[in-house]
Amino acid sequence: MLLIAENLVLSRGGRTVIDGLSLRLSNGEALLLTGANGTGKTTLLRALAGFLPPAVGEIRIENENDDRELGELCHFVGHLDGIKPHLTAVENLAFWAAYLDGDSSGNGGDRLACALNKFGLAALADVPAGYLSAGQKRRLALSRLAAAHRPLWLLDEPTASLDAASVTLLIDAVNAHRADGGLVIAATHLPLAFENAKEVRLGPKEKAA
Amino acid sequence: MSGFFTLVGRDLRLAVRQGGALGTALGFYLVVVAMLPLGLGADLKLLSRIAPGVLWIALLLSALLSLGRVFESDYEDGSLDVLATGPLPLELVAAAKALAHWISTSVPLALLAPVLGILLNLELVAYPALVATMLIGTPAVSFLGAIGAALTLTARRGGLLIALLVLPLYVPTLIFGIAAISAMLGPDDVAPPLLILTAISLGAIVLGPLAAAAALRTQMQ
Repeated sequence: MLLIAENLVLSRGGRTVIDGLSLRLSNGEALLLTGANGTGKTTLLRALAGFLPPAVGEIRIENENDDRELGELCHFVGHLDGIKPHLTAVENLAFWAAYLDGDSSGNGGDRLACALNKFGLAALADVPAGYLSAGQKRRLALSRLAAAHRPLWLLDEPTASLDAASVTLLIDAVNAHRADGGLVIAATHLPLAFENAKEVRLGPKEKAA
Repeated sequence: MSGFFTLVGRDLRLAVRQGGALGTALGFYLVVVAMLPLGLGADLKLLSRIAPGVLWIALLLSALLSLGRVFESDYEDGSLDVLATGPLPLELVAAAKALAHWISTSVPLALLAPVLGILLNLELVAYPALVATMLIGTPAVSFLGAIGAALTLTARRGGLLIALLVLPLYVPTLIFGIAAISAMLGPDDVAPPLLILTAISLGAIVLGPLAAAAALRTQMQ
């Protein structure tokens, strides 16, 4: 799978945030989006997820054996966790796994337990999500990545409110995903230790990756 | 399609766990209808004549109370973004949420109506007609209401705005709902108003999600 963005111009509220950015990302590659506040990291991720149509340019995906749209091939983990406080951790995850995969056959129990385990939440599976701390909620949101398979991960500040051990868990998950041929794009302020990741520094002058 | 029912199931489960929205709507319905005899005096003939209309109007207002939450909580906690990346088109997401609203709010309100009819001295023969027209007519309430809920998603204090946007859309449902009740009780043919009421609901089920999804797309940018 090859993700290509050409000559992207994105604007929000009539203001051009990203002007003429091109990207190219293939299997197993990771891309870090860095830059000061307000330089368009989130805007770019939202455009890649298909929420924001680009003003100019195009985003396309080249994939031999799959004609699904980009929005259906990506995991989007934004600033907000998308977690319902009245459901338990495992219920939240089970819903997203069934919904994102589009099957409710209910045979994903092992996969859910495995996904929770990957982010160190196994002991909290039956706790209502409203009682989880900010970092635990964040890990629950990230465990969506492991519960349903999607080739492209779009992560917006994935390490916000995570402790050092959890950041390691995230980096392990990202490495495993890339070894599997997946793509990862992460917007971040803090240095993230993804191995040989490309980096695009957003700002007044964008450079092509 | 199974994603559709997964989403409906989650919304119903949340409605049961939270409980607040349904309780508020039912309580509001009860209070509005209970206040009416106090304001109009104990003229039993008058009350029983206006009872169907009062019950219908109060039902529409009560359903409005909970409409604001149809998309709001998913928007606020980021779930809407994730729902949009699912295999379901946004139209079906909107339809699933409107269906969950109908099951969790409109149906209980319609089932409460005959109980409140007692307060208004509603004639005994009118009870089946009242519940039948409400069950047929209320899908329009939820599915048209979803349009208003989607349009006011990012507006502060959108509740009042929803009422202004959506109540006029309910006028045909109200007119033909009442017409069907009076036809069932009187000598008129009941089929025409009932069929039109059904048509309005079916139309709302198709058009409501399309319009709501278009509104959601612009609000999510």
